[in-house]
Amino acid sequence: MSEHTVKAFDEDITRLRGLIAEMGGLAELSIQEALDAMIRGDDELAEGVILRDKKIDAIEAEVDKLAVRIIALRAPMADDLREVIAALKIAGVVERIGDYSKNIAKRVGKIEGRGTFEPLTLLPAMGEIAAEMVHDVLTAYAARDPVLAREVIATDEKVDAFYNSIFRNVVSYMVENPKLISSAAQLLFVARNIERIGDHATNVAEMVHFAATGYYPPDEDSA
Amino acid sequence: MQKRGAFPWAGSILAVATCVTIYWTTGQFMLSAAALIVWLCTLWLAYWTPPEIQRVTEVEAYDVQRVSRLIENSGAPILVTSRNRIIVANQMARKVLGAHVIEQDARVAFRQPEAIALIDQRATGRARIRGVARRRDVWLFNRQQLDDDLAVIELINQTAEEDISRAHTDFVANASHELRTPLASIIGYVETLLEGEPPATPEIRQKFLGTILNEANRLQGLVSDLMSLSRIEAEKHDRPQEIVLLKPLIEKASMDAAGLERQPRLDFQLDADPTVSGDPRQLEQLVRNLVDNALKYGDPAKPVTIALSTTDNQEAKLAVIDRGDGIAKEHLPHLTRRFYRTDPGRSRASGGTGLGLAIVKHIVERHAGRLDITSQQGQGSTFTVRIPLNEVSPENV
Repeated sequence: MSEHTVKAFDEDITRLRGLIAEMGGLAELSIQEALDAMIRGDDELAEGVILRDKKIDAIEAEVDKLAVRIIALRAPMADDLREVIAALKIAGVVERIGDYSKNIAKRVGKIEGRGTFEPLTLLPAMGEIAAEMVHDVLTAYAARDPVLAREVIATDEKVDAFYNSIFRNVVSYMVENPKLISSAAQLLFVARNIERIGDHATNVAEMVHFAATGYYPPDEDSA
Repeated sequence: MQKRGAFPWAGSILAVATCVTIYWTTGQFMLSAAALIVWLCTLWLAYWTPPEIQRVTEVEAYDVQRVSRLIENSGAPILVTSRNRIIVANQMARKVLGAHVIEQDARVAFRQPEAIALIDQRATGRARIRGVARRRDVWLFNRQQLDDDLAVIELINQTAEEDISRAHTDFVANASHELRTPLASIIGYVETLLEGEPPATPEIRQKFLGTILNEANRLQGLVSDLMSLSRIEAEKHDRPQEIVLLKPLIEKASMDAAGLERQPRLDFQLDADPTVSGDPRQLEQLVRNLVDNALKYGDPAKPVTIALSTTDNQEAKLAVIDRGDGIAKEHLPHLTRRFYRTDPGRSRASGGTGLGLAIVKHIVERHAGRLDITSQQGQGSTFTVRIPLNEVSPENV
């Protein structure tokens, strides 16, 4: 982005981008730790994820304030306006991603008989892909890279496919093990949350694409 | 530009006063006037020459241009930030993080909370962060605050160390898992036989004992494979010296591996008779493992080709070619990893330990050779081993 005559504007935009990146970093860590906590049954780690969500919310509020201030004081145009609008929307979506991680963390204590609970082994691979998507989309945002953003959008299919297969697996597990139905149901919600994280990463990717190029990626049919 | 200090008023007054006193006491005007002129001139000269110490402090503390030239070709990614905005990124940093980070907030490049804590507090310190370039990499993030504005960030890649330690723990976890599975079934069957109420019929007894024997054999195979793997690893760095005639060794080891039943499937194409310096027992094991794999995973109705030739590079080349389903591309890079299985159920059913190819790879490495695996799905796989020829020609042996 070329330099602006008003140096303060540059500084505001840089700060805005810094805040989004910081938020993204926290959300990324939360996904990873929520899944680790879920698989290992680590309540302390889950607690940390739940607490971290407050920080994410606080940064979102800061982004909102700063974005509104930039619009009000500097009246940005063209790509600058896109940048600010995208930041505003991305902050909202990243906050949702944080919420889903928190939701996964909250379910850690509700899984019984963890040692022998087979469906749990299906989660890591799916979580891995979703976490990868969030990582890549944040990198795409930092680099203003529409190509990487489109790649992230394409990956969402994989997460959806995983979700469908986990759904079928868990349901058949429920039929065979009626005693563990409540744990299995929790797991369905966890899988659903991961699937939503993937969708939201796609949304961020679309906005990154918009901020970089001025239009949304052509084949826009995500959930 | 020359800078001037304060004019030496005190010195000048002292000089004048002294010379007036000399004139009064001695009455020699010329002498005292000359002394005064010399004295004042020295003061004048000192006044124009800037003091040495001052010059050092005058150089700007951190010249960004100079620093950026200094770090440009460093092997580690290094960045300079001014008020947490990246102003300089050296070549490696641009490669790892992307050139877009310049002129951005440092948090855009390092969004890991541990790094942001250091950046926010403008602190000097280190942190281990994950996912700088790719999601799984690990870097040591080292930030040094230079003055109020400037800070230097250095990154040290620790992914390899992390991988090694993870591979080690993975190995221990895998090995204990692999050892425990046959043990668990042996214990289970023996307990059933001991406590069976009513006692098992002779047929069931016979069947259980058969299973126990199978599992015990598997355990034995696993332990001996683990032993030979660790022995090969221990000797990894001393090249074996014995002179080995490859052709008879390959024939014998292949026959051993095949056993009487499968021998007809072997198709020898031994076109050369090379000698290499090596460890005959290990080379035999290498051939046995490769041939056994090929017979096991190839189509049972089709032959397995064992070809021996020499290359222009003074190498002996052994190729074991099977005709079967082949191996999917994504598995190829992992085949030589311990306990890696493309299809766990099938491999265990056929009595594999998951260590065969790991052993082959280590033996080849110890002989300074190379192992190449190519596979065409639906057609079959080719395992090629190349080992440097012994300098001594066969006639001299």
